[in-house]
Amino acid sequence: MSGFSTQELLAIFAMQGFAGVSFFSVLLLMALGLAIIYGQMRVINMAHGEFMVIGAYATYLCSITLGALPGMTDYYLFFAIPIAFGSAFLVGYVVEIALIRHLYHRPLDTLLATWGLALIMQQGFRSAFGAREVSVLVPDWLRGSYRPTMMIDIPLNGIAILVLTLLVTLGVWWFLYRSRWGLRVRCTTANRDMSGAVGINTKRVDRVTFALGCGIAGIAGAAFTTISSTGPTSGSLYIVDTFLVVVFGGAGSLVGTIASAFSIAQAQSLMEFFLGSSMAKVLTLLTVIGILLLRPEGLVASKVRR
Amino acid sequence: MNRLFSFFQDRHAGLGSILLLAIVLMVVMPLVFDIYRLNLAGRYLTYAFVALGLVLCWGYGGILSLGQGIFFGIGGYAMAMFLKIEASDPESTSIQTTPGIPDFMDWNRITELPWFWVPFNSLTFTIIAVLVLPAAFAFLIGFAMFKRRVSGVYFAIITQALAVVLTILIIGQQGYTGGINGITDLRTLMGWDIRDDSARYLLYYLNAVLLIGCLLIGRWVLNCKYGRILTALRDKEERVRFSGYDVANFKVFIFCLAAFISGIGGAMFTLQVGFMSPSFIGIVPSIEFVIFAAVGGRLSLVGGVYGALLVSFAKTMFAEAYPQLWQFLIGAVFILVVLVLPYGLASIYGRFGHRMRTPFERWLGDRKARSSASSGGFQEPLQEKRP
Repeated sequence: MSGFSTQELLAIFAMQGFAGVSFFSVLLLMALGLAIIYGQMRVINMAHGEFMVIGAYATYLCSITLGALPGMTDYYLFFAIPIAFGSAFLVGYVVEIALIRHLYHRPLDTLLATWGLALIMQQGFRSAFGAREVSVLVPDWLRGSYRPTMMIDIPLNGIAILVLTLLVTLGVWWFLYRSRWGLRVRCTTANRDMSGAVGINTKRVDRVTFALGCGIAGIAGAAFTTISSTGPTSGSLYIVDTFLVVVFGGAGSLVGTIASAFSIAQAQSLMEFFLGSSMAKVLTLLTVIGILLLRPEGLVASKVRR
Repeated sequence: MNRLFSFFQDRHAGLGSILLLAIVLMVVMPLVFDIYRLNLAGRYLTYAFVALGLVLCWGYGGILSLGQGIFFGIGGYAMAMFLKIEASDPESTSIQTTPGIPDFMDWNRITELPWFWVPFNSLTFTIIAVLVLPAAFAFLIGFAMFKRRVSGVYFAIITQALAVVLTILIIGQQGYTGGINGITDLRTLMGWDIRDDSARYLLYYLNAVLLIGCLLIGRWVLNCKYGRILTALRDKEERVRFSGYDVANFKVFIFCLAAFISGIGGAMFTLQVGFMSPSFIGIVPSIEFVIFAAVGGRLSLVGGVYGALLVSFAKTMFAEAYPQLWQFLIGAVFILVVLVLPYGLASIYGRFGHRMRTPFERWLGDRKARSSASSGGFQEPLQEKRP
């Protein structure tokens, strides 16, 4: 670090920090879905990355249909995001009925079955959209950047994704802690048998929770398209990081998930500048694993009795 | 009842099933296959080592590791480093800037053999490294995690992350490891050409013998008191702990044993295929190893071997003809095995096998039943309770 002046270092930190913010956003959106699912059902969904890709391809489809309409190019994203959510939600709902619900009592097996599902979905994308990566139309108002000083350059799409992520996180918080549905979800998480006894349809809660987690991954996909192009295997690049975010944050804790997504994304992004991306990734993962060994319950331990 | 002669699935992998496997591997396959196919089969049998390790630690110990590629890779790389040093003697590398070091180091402007390569000049050290390094690494991981009571899904995810870390590290440090291409162009072992047909036959047989040896070790481990406790802690860990056993030590041991066996597989892979690359370490190969064990039967030692052979041959055949269909197929197989047949092909045999026994087997089985009252039938583990 000796070659940089303080001011340059600050600028580097600011810019890398914001580069990390895009990564943080996608990671958090992915992890939110996974954390809800894991927190409630102890199911690890290896196909979660593929649900993100569903959202990304849905956005792409919107971009070539809706976005091509005159005057719609600037606004199609507002329709694309709900569509991305809806399509991932629907697929998640079907998958829960067809596959996941049979495996709730065997968490390790879910891991394997959803891996098979991921393979099938990847090949499905490849057959439907081709192996080449596709990218969406980025509206004009998302291009360009905000420059508070001469050296700092913050891309606008990063800010937009951050806002989207904050909104979704707020939405999830409201859903979990302020709505009737959330109450049922939390009841089921805390004590499944008792919840059933007081008349909560726990199976339906499971189904909606799983689909909702997948739907949020779909939103992550929509956000993902604005920072990168989408290929059939894009999702699998994020899956390991996402798992670590969930585990590191302490499963079932919203605050923990946010904190861990933020620290992992920022650590990686800052180290990337000095060490190169592969060493930064190695160091981040090793640090997370190291901390997990010291604190297996994660940053914020959930109060759920197991 | 049919403890000794249930050929695939018996709790303790009966000697009969191992004998049958030995006959298939050493007599039937060399007779049926030409040398090309046999070499291919030998390559798949090296995966069987890992599958066998997974049967031990996943099927019986309840520890699902999604990072078995790490140990396969360590064994394979240790062997590859030795062969590579031998392949880059000063004469054959005289066109390099620095003769006498592996070619990829020269391309990356490294002028001296790195310190961790130096011991691999010696074959003795290499063999010890192949046997010890994977287990030692597994000990580190296992000790750190099981003592902290990290288990189940957490363990699976962390081992997967470690596999990713190792892959990225190998790809990133191209000058020291050969990068994404791996260590290639391995031709001789102590001056002996490992690529000609006679060497391939010999290596195939060596591989088969080692595999049978590992099967016997696994069978012995499961049959002694340790195996009983292992199964017990898989089904009810708390109860075993409250009975006064240090559960972590048992888990560490079986994890190390699995790693040890996988490492041998990796070294044999390098010898038979002639290269080693990070594509046999990461997430995808590590999960494929689990597929082998799952398809063959996670409670059957020999099942893992058959699983590795069947799935790999199917992959080669299908992937050549219909590459697109293969991914759908393997995905579907995975889901179906988990949903319908959680104990793999071996459990089919377990359910219907005793009806298909030959009179000779029946006679032996009856004799066995008379001599010992204990019936060691196929036992599925207790279902994990929903949290």
